[in-house]
Amino acid sequence: MSKKETTYSVNKEVIEEKEYSTLNLGPTHPATHGIFQNVLKMDGEIIHDAVPTIGYIHRAFEKLAERRPYAQITPITDRLNYCSSPINNMGWYMTVEKLLKAEIPKRAQYHRVIIMELSRIADHIICNSVIGVDTGAMTGFLYIFQWREKIYEIFEEICGARLTTNIGRIGGFDKEWSKKAWDLIDTFLKEFPKGLTEFSNLLERNKIFMDRTVNCGPISAERALEYSFVGPNLRAAGVDYDVRVMNPYSSYEDFTFTVPVGTQGDTYDRFMVRQHEMWQSLSIIEQAIKKMPVGAMHADLPDFFLPPKEQVYNSMEALIYHFKIVMGETDIPKGEVYHCVEGGNGELGFYLISDGGRTPFRLHFRRPCFIYYQAYPEMIKGIMLSDAILTMSSMNVIAGELDA
Amino acid sequence: MELLEIVNTKLKEHFAGDIESAEQLYDYPVFTVNKDKIHDVLKFLKEDETLNFHFLTDLCGMQTADEKQLGVIYHLHNMPKNYRIRLKTFFDINKPEVATATDLWPSANWMERETYDFFGVKFKGHPNLKRILNVDEMDIFPLRKEYPLEDQGRTDKNDSMFGR
Repeated sequence: MSKKETTYSVNKEVIEEKEYSTLNLGPTHPATHGIFQNVLKMDGEIIHDAVPTIGYIHRAFEKLAERRPYAQITPITDRLNYCSSPINNMGWYMTVEKLLKAEIPKRAQYHRVIIMELSRIADHIICNSVIGVDTGAMTGFLYIFQWREKIYEIFEEICGARLTTNIGRIGGFDKEWSKKAWDLIDTFLKEFPKGLTEFSNLLERNKIFMDRTVNCGPISAERALEYSFVGPNLRAAGVDYDVRVMNPYSSYEDFTFTVPVGTQGDTYDRFMVRQHEMWQSLSIIEQAIKKMPVGAMHADLPDFFLPPKEQVYNSMEALIYHFKIVMGETDIPKGEVYHCVEGGNGELGFYLISDGGRTPFRLHFRRPCFIYYQAYPEMIKGIMLSDAILTMSSMNVIAGELDA
Repeated sequence: MELLEIVNTKLKEHFAGDIESAEQLYDYPVFTVNKDKIHDVLKFLKEDETLNFHFLTDLCGMQTADEKQLGVIYHLHNMPKNYRIRLKTFFDINKPEVATATDLWPSANWMERETYDFFGVKFKGHPNLKRILNVDEMDIFPLRKEYPLEDQGRTDKNDSMFGR
């Protein structure tokens, strides 16, 4: 009997037969929290490649803005990042004020700071609690969401709206805030720290949560800068860039706060940066209330500030102003400005060109989501599908801001 | 104002004839650059050690008021020194071609696609230049002024009705 020859494949290259499957994630998938489509090339459960398609809720804001008086563009900005509408509103007002070279009274500026920090907290509550939901931790979400509700009650008391706020005016605010609004803010400041601590205790050092989020969808600081990351996502990667500190607007230089940074740029760091920012926002609000200056709530801009009702009924000039403001018949000086504010997702910019007419000649929104979402395919390459969902929610991609 | 001079001297040294204008508009120094040299200028600004404009804040398109030219506007940022500048380049609307910046910043990819989508600016060397927010079948470039939303010259509402 001859010996059978056996060939061993130890030193031979293994050629695996691979077939990738295509998976359509979205456009309307419950896990993506918004209308995002990603055509994924999957190797089992591992993502090999992703092609995002965006524009499902494109509403032509930049075109619409060219046909609208300046005051009527504010509702458009509401619908960019609708989780923190007031920041968008204030950013837009400040852009126009920069063009008009208007001096805003300190009191109005401090009120703006309070409203912006409240909405930053609301924005971060949504993002962080949804990260929890995507890891399977529903409890934190259910508990902390009532605090977002409380913030919306404050907005409602100040301006009448909750989500798409259209809060304030070009030049400041329409009126003093009511006592009820201040009471609501007071209660919020007193009670929210307890709620936030509860939420932190549930997730921050939770073994399961950390296993899911640490090293999930990381990006290096260099790559993040190349992709023009801003806001919490850039800070999570270790770059301490915050518009509030670098180019202070609306008196942010008067307040003391720290800018939290991460090291890995992964989902856990993004979560933690947002957690700490909420504490900083609380402290800024407290400082603003403590230091609140006296003075007017609105700059001296008769072209943008509705005259008191009794004057409208009794004097011709006030009536004309009222009519002109409501109909948007105010000419804006010629000029070209770029103004940016630190939105919920980072540097939200407004590039405005005015040709001296009643409407902008060209208005461009620098939407942070739109710019950093293009790094998403690179960030999820080689990770599991469920981690890709988590990465997306931790980047806080808001469909309204993405598609404009 | 100092920043305008710093950048202007540097640019004049290297691209003497290609900087068409340099001015301060509000808080931003603004430079208009010849469209054939825009890529070189961007590359120089990014790689120069003192200027170090390493961050592309924004890229968008525009159309000039006479409707004969299109433009691309770049906002650059040097984070360590907090320098911010704006660059502009203009070209004929019938030949809207300009070099891409995707090789300098990967973030320029979608911003250039958006500019193409709305203005029809063709970025030479772009890896995937197609529409991004509008449907692929669209055959116009909607942000151009030739597509007005509604009658622009409304005469029913002017100041003469109020006696001024």
